[in-house]
Amino acid sequence: MSKQRVIVIGGGLAGLAATMKIAEQGMQVLLVSFLPVKRSHSVCAQGGINGAVNIKGEGDSPDIHFYDTVKGGDFLGHQPLCKDMCYNGPFVIHLMDRLGVTFNRTPEGNLDFRRFGGTLHHRTAFAGATTGQQLLYALDEQVRRLEVEGIVEKMEWHEYLGAILNDEGRCVGAVIHNLRSGEIVSERGDAVVLATGGPGLVYGRSTNSAVCTGTATTSAYLQGAKYGNGEFIQIHPSAIPGHDKLRLMSESARGEGGRVWVPRKPGDNRPPKQIPDNERYYFLEERYPLFGNLVPRDVGSREIYDVCINGGLGVGGENKVYLDLTHHSREHLNRRLGGILEIYEKFTGVDPRENPMEIFPAVHYSMGGIWTDYERTEEGLINHESPRNQSTSLTGLYAAGEADYQYHGANRLGANSLLSCIYTGLMMGPGVVNYVKNVDQAAEDIPSSVFEKAVQEKKERFDQIKAMKGKENPYALHHELGELMIANVLIVRENDKLEKTLDVINEYEERWNNVECVDTQVWTNPVPSYINQLYNMIQLSKIITKGAMLRNEFRGAHYKPEFDLNQPKDFKPETYLEYYEQKQNGKVNEDSFTPEHMEYMKRFEANNDKWLKSSIAQFKNGQPDITYEEVDTSLVTPRPRKYD
Amino acid sequence: MAEKTITIQIKRQDSRDSSSYWQTFEIPYKPNSNVISCLMDIRRNPVTKEGKQVPPVIWECNCLEEVCGACTMVINGRVRQSCSALIDTLAQPVRLQPMSKFPVVRDLAVDRSRMFENLKKVKAWMQVDGYHDLGPGAKVPETNQGIAYKLSECMTCGCCMEACPQFSLNNNFIGAAPISQARLFNMNPVGKFIAEQRLQPLMEAGGIGDCGNAQNCVEACPKSIPLTESIAEMSKQVSVQMFKNIFQKRS
Ligand SMILES: Cc1cc2nc3c(=O)[nH]c(=O)nc-3n(C[C@H](O)[C@H](O)[C@H](O)COP(=O)(O)OP(=O)(O)OC[C@H]3O[C@@H](n4cnc5c(N)ncnc54)[C@H](O)[C@@H]3O)c2cc1C
Ligand code: SF4
Repeated sequence: MSKQRVIVIGGGLAGLAATMKIAEQGMQVLLVSFLPVKRSHSVCAQGGINGAVNIKGEGDSPDIHFYDTVKGGDFLGHQPLCKDMCYNGPFVIHLMDRLGVTFNRTPEGNLDFRRFGGTLHHRTAFAGATTGQQLLYALDEQVRRLEVEGIVEKMEWHEYLGAILNDEGRCVGAVIHNLRSGEIVSERGDAVVLATGGPGLVYGRSTNSAVCTGTATTSAYLQGAKYGNGEFIQIHPSAIPGHDKLRLMSESARGEGGRVWVPRKPGDNRPPKQIPDNERYYFLEERYPLFGNLVPRDVGSREIYDVCINGGLGVGGENKVYLDLTHHSREHLNRRLGGILEIYEKFTGVDPRENPMEIFPAVHYSMGGIWTDYERTEEGLINHESPRNQSTSLTGLYAAGEADYQYHGANRLGANSLLSCIYTGLMMGPGVVNYVKNVDQAAEDIPSSVFEKAVQEKKERFDQIKAMKGKENPYALHHELGELMIANVLIVRENDKLEKTLDVINEYEERWNNVECVDTQVWTNPVPSYINQLYNMIQLSKIITKGAMLRNEFRGAHYKPEFDLNQPKDFKPETYLEYYEQKQNGKVNEDSFTPEHMEYMKRFEANNDKWLKSSIAQFKNGQPDITYEEVDTSLVTPRPRKYD
Repeated sequence: MAEKTITIQIKRQDSRDSSSYWQTFEIPYKPNSNVISCLMDIRRNPVTKEGKQVPPVIWECNCLEEVCGACTMVINGRVRQSCSALIDTLAQPVRLQPMSKFPVVRDLAVDRSRMFENLKKVKAWMQVDGYHDLGPGAKVPETNQGIAYKLSECMTCGCCMEACPQFSLNNNFIGAAPISQARLFNMNPVGKFIAEQRLQPLMEAGGIGDCGNAQNCVEACPKSIPLTESIAEMSKQVSVQMFKNIFQKRS
């Protein structure tokens, strides 16, 4: 058989890890990225990466990490994958340490760990305030080394436009767009891995980087691949409003005593420091006396939204609230929070040690993504040799990182994403290589007509785009799409609004036909690409919106007040486990529970029977067709979560 | 009263070899704008001050948080990232130019591949045996971690090279950033095993000997990386290595 190779699209943490692991097995890799891989979105992560190394002797273990992960995800995560990921957490962190990541240390020279949301353990390794950047650099360096060794070839400033499928529908290469020369060419590959990150830009502005459009995964969906759990979008409670981006303000600001408030009087325009304490509404502290400002992410986001949108109390009549640290001394703040306060000052020009910060929730992360498969073992772990791992529903097309859908369920735990990205990249390596070695015909030996046809299709599409002479500016249309999504498909979801939003998105699809290709130069012209990406973002916004509309429940980040199960205030999750055990044993003694609890548990079960399923979108007749698939919850019994 | 506006002058160039020209844009003032948000506004309505419809301006950007290094350009004469350049702190008209030490691709976008190639020369990576489970890494004292962390924040942005009088389009000086990276790996408990290999390219033409000690690099670095300290340290390592080389040849 001719020489074979794998094409990896995207050089964030997931793509670089996959490249390394595949190349290590002697398989040639072509790595394609929009921009130099060292500038990928993964650099943004500040907080850290999880792994139950138990350095602090707290009795932490991969099993507890696993439990926290599936509970955090409201039980929508695929448990064997979550378990295997958590079991590999310590390995991933040790590997990254060996690769030179400058993790913070303890006095003994061990790795230091901090606490993060959703757990009681110090499980998060970190490197200053730039953990993602440091992790990415370590992998980037390894890939550069492999490049010098000749086993990896890089194509930066190139865009993936679509998979090339042979007559049986197997992926045998990719159509690639040179972003400088404008040429569209085919690259042969015996497997293609999409490690193209998340889709925050569907919302216009988010905490994501400028290239996070989700265009690659959407193009796979348009080619027939399944897309999973699209409606699950994590909203971070505290971001700094900005015209270009909503920059993250780390949870640690609240961890160190930051207080969230708004003026009690709507439209009170006095400078914050002139508003006396009794005229300030510390709404999180008043509404959640126990947790106060440190309520979980989803609760925090919902309350801020409520105060601004329903209460009309946003600062200056706008959608923002104060996050106030000014009751602490400068010295204290610099010592505890220096790095993140500098970020605030750098980007707003306001000193947060003197003035309260202004924040509002923002789109942060997509739990959903392209559907991928896996093969579990008896013990509920993953068989790392299996070619099914991380395979999309198109044979030969794989996905990893934020681009996939099955690790974080309905809500991601902080610091679990960096882990899932590196873990999936490494884990899938052996299986991809096994797949490639067993294909019946190498991509190299497939008739060139297959490739020419695929290239021709994309060339025609781009020729049409370049000839577009309509009246709409594509950047302005994108702006409108983003504002629409932020207004209607964000924190609180209501069916009538979602239905109207879908209609408007369909209108945008019409209006897309009327955009103008505002730049016609051939050399380094991003506009045609952008117009194509905008089309894909419109399609993806439909997956998100329709998925949200159809899912009539409240799970994790997907909040629909109409379908809240109204957990009784005095209910404890253990009560449910008792009930569940009785049920497993064949008979429930209903008298051992209060009627109110009994009713609630029945509601909970009926809801899970109906909705504890992945939503799967497939492109049919120009619209997403949504069906539901079982989730493997065989290892930890799904149970009610408690929020206070 | 006339509405408040922001005036931006941009040096444009259609391709590598074509000549450059200036265009002026005037956009409505928004509080808390930065250079990138203005470029985005222009992109949504690419019309010059004179009312001429033009193609949107090309620039590079990604993270918008000053950690990816992409959006570097010369703003009012100073090289820096455009995401963290706040309009309220800049004199108007705001003048944007591409970096001059790298070939222009188009408008404000330049080709910095030379920087990535130089990282290959100094073997800026760890020479690990494999990506399988080999247990924990070496212990590292907190103080070393502190220095190493600072060095590893380098985002290959190019500010230090733009500011350097020795680094030019037509020579092969390696520049401050890769020298500092060589220091980072040479101080790692395992990285130092191949320290000599990292010193070799620094001894050659375009190596550390070409540094003129102007110290502009450290001033220009947005991450406050102690570049002059790194250069001094690597000069020392290079001198020792040269001495060793001579000695080895003789014996
Ligand atoms: C502000 C912020 C802070 C965060 N903090 C944390 C944290 O502390 N801990 C944590 O665990 N997670 C955190 N996250 C989440 C985490 O950073 C991301 O989920 C993760 O980095 C995604 O990595 P990735 O490899 O999947 O993709 P990315 O890093 O987004 O890389 C995608 C790659 O694909 C390329 N690409 C995309 N489309 C194409 C195309 N069509 N053609 C060619 N190339 C393409 C891009 O160039 C890029 O190289 C944070 C996220 C944000 C936004
Ligand atoms: S050393 Fe500083 S200025 Fe030079 S490339 Fe690195 S971050 Fe930029």
